[in-house]
Amino acid sequence: MRKLLFESLLKPILTERRPSSDEAAVAELAAAVAHTARKRLGRSLSIREVDAGSSNDSELEIHALNNAFYDVERFGIRFVASPRHADVLLVTGPVTKNMRQALERTFAATPGPKWVVAVGDDALDGGCFAGSYAVAGGVGDVVPVDLHIPGNPPSPTALLKGLLALLDRADAG
Amino acid sequence: MTDIREVIGTGKRVERHHGWPRFEVDRDGWIRAAETLAEGRLTLAGLWGEKAAIHMAVLAEDGGSAAVLTLACPNLTFPSVGRLHPPAIRLERTVHDLFGLVPEGAPDTRPWLDHGRWGVRFPLGACEPAPADGAPYTFLPVEGDGLHQIPVGPVHAGIIEPGHFRFTANGETVVRLEARLGYVHKGIEGLMQGATLSRAAELAGRVSGDSTVAYALAFARAAEAALGIEAPSRAVMLRALMAELERVANHLGDFGAICNDAAFALMLAHCAVLREQVLRTAEASLGHRMMRDRIVPGGVAVDLEPAGAAAVASLVKEIRAKLPALIDLYDNTASLQDRTVGTGYLKPELARQFGAGGYVGRASGRAFDARRALAYAPYDRLTFEVPALPEGDVNARVWVRIREIEQSLSLLDQILDTMPRGPLRVETAPPGMPVEAAAMVEGFRGDVLVWLRIGADGLVERCHPRDPSWFQWPLLEAVIEGNIVADFPLCNKSFNCSYSGHDL
Repeated sequence: MRKLLFESLLKPILTERRPSSDEAAVAELAAAVAHTARKRLGRSLSIREVDAGSSNDSELEIHALNNAFYDVERFGIRFVASPRHADVLLVTGPVTKNMRQALERTFAATPGPKWVVAVGDDALDGGCFAGSYAVAGGVGDVVPVDLHIPGNPPSPTALLKGLLALLDRADAG
Repeated sequence: MTDIREVIGTGKRVERHHGWPRFEVDRDGWIRAAETLAEGRLTLAGLWGEKAAIHMAVLAEDGGSAAVLTLACPNLTFPSVGRLHPPAIRLERTVHDLFGLVPEGAPDTRPWLDHGRWGVRFPLGACEPAPADGAPYTFLPVEGDGLHQIPVGPVHAGIIEPGHFRFTANGETVVRLEARLGYVHKGIEGLMQGATLSRAAELAGRVSGDSTVAYALAFARAAEAALGIEAPSRAVMLRALMAELERVANHLGDFGAICNDAAFALMLAHCAVLREQVLRTAEASLGHRMMRDRIVPGGVAVDLEPAGAAAVASLVKEIRAKLPALIDLYDNTASLQDRTVGTGYLKPELARQFGAGGYVGRASGRAFDARRALAYAPYDRLTFEVPALPEGDVNARVWVRIREIEQSLSLLDQILDTMPRGPLRVETAPPGMPVEAAAMVEGFRGDVLVWLRIGADGLVERCHPRDPSWFQWPLLEAVIEGNIVADFPLCNKSFNCSYSGHDL
């Protein structure tokens, strides 16, 4: 283990430059983030991830945000274990009818001000699964959505762009 | 070797069913099959319904041959298989939820995927309106002095899928774990009915996101067998390339994540970097990080350019260079071994009874691998080993993954070396009469089964994809018994069952 730790002192870093935040995502957000956001948030963002019916692909890419390439914590973005600690709910879906109540209750348990980010094409309107007897619809059909990050699933870079847009708007607010 | 035909007696063989034979049996034949499963002379590979029929897929003891048995259910009832053979219980509960077929004498009649929130009952059967009131669910009783319950989920503390776990503990020791699943049921089988082949293939690729290649491959192979066509040899080779990349990516992710659940974050950091490099190579060479929608009925939707092949070759080299130090680190860190060795022991008898696939079965001595046992192309021409261990603990499941990564790297080399040139895809056409087939492929988690019936017009009449998790989830409940609560994440991650693939 010592050898590995020493090696990592000499190795070049894997972390890459910050991607520019997505223009469309910024526009979508403009109306949503209020002036008070900056004061309340500072430059940090605590995220509670909620899988409301995804096929687990988005979860894998959200996980990847924590790897050494993206290292999301350097932007002040971190994942927390409870909605009580969160500013943002990062919701993947479609929202299944069996998960609807759990999502509503998680949203209710998150203190304000709070934002909901819907992740992936299915989270917009149910996508591929729209019309099923078991699907309630997109995330926006169950809780108010502030930002939608499209993708199938969105890559870590796309996720990072969306989340940075959220922080940028909060800064500019 | 057990001859399936001999075991089930004289069922009537169904014409136009390809891949494996399908037999229509009577009640006696059905019960005889259930008894043979209970005796351990056959392995249950799937159980699914239709409006007025029930199907069961079985594997011979050696895994080399398989068959589908069908019992017509004009009265919407069938003799319960779960009464004799517990691995069928959850499948029967699901068949009842979706189709309204009643398993006679079933030991457990509680709903499974139906949480009372769909607004309908038996959505794929009679489809009756029902109030979406979320009827309460009864957990199995646990009695004794000093016991307390710990409910967890469906929304968990980490970035994982939703499910509910009810622990009953005596102090720190888990006395019983009962899982409740079904939260991510999306009604995929319902959406597939009447869908075009390409839409159904898309849906199949979304049953479980981490196994999108395996599902797309199983669906494509079933469709091709049903239609009597063959994918071109270059496509067959590209499919194997994608399947092995998917296996390596997931095994690397799990290797790191299991160690992280034992509070050894350094391994997660290193493994996550390697996993990311696999995904980036997949995107650069095949156009999508998870290779979704790349495998289609008739072939593949994307070619591998020379630059892409070079990228995969250098990825293999890179992982091969980095992996030994990580294996060494895993094997020589006492604090890590202290958590994984002996934890979450799965008895070989249970693994065999449930037909546990993938690393779960192989770490408990069940060396079934669909790539070897059913020898589908191109694996019949490639050289690889199926690593298996008898220990059955978390450590063994880690080691099976490590050995499988090494085997996959060797397979990737062979695939790149022998990649033929030629077309990527053959056209599919409506068959003009109903056709059916079953296909099984080896995903990273275990064997993925797809059973498919295509109508005369080329639309899907009925499709049942079966995730390996169906036979792994119940075993997780068994292995946690007697372990401490804090070891549950470790046991759970070493299984890494799919919620979405199970809930469908």
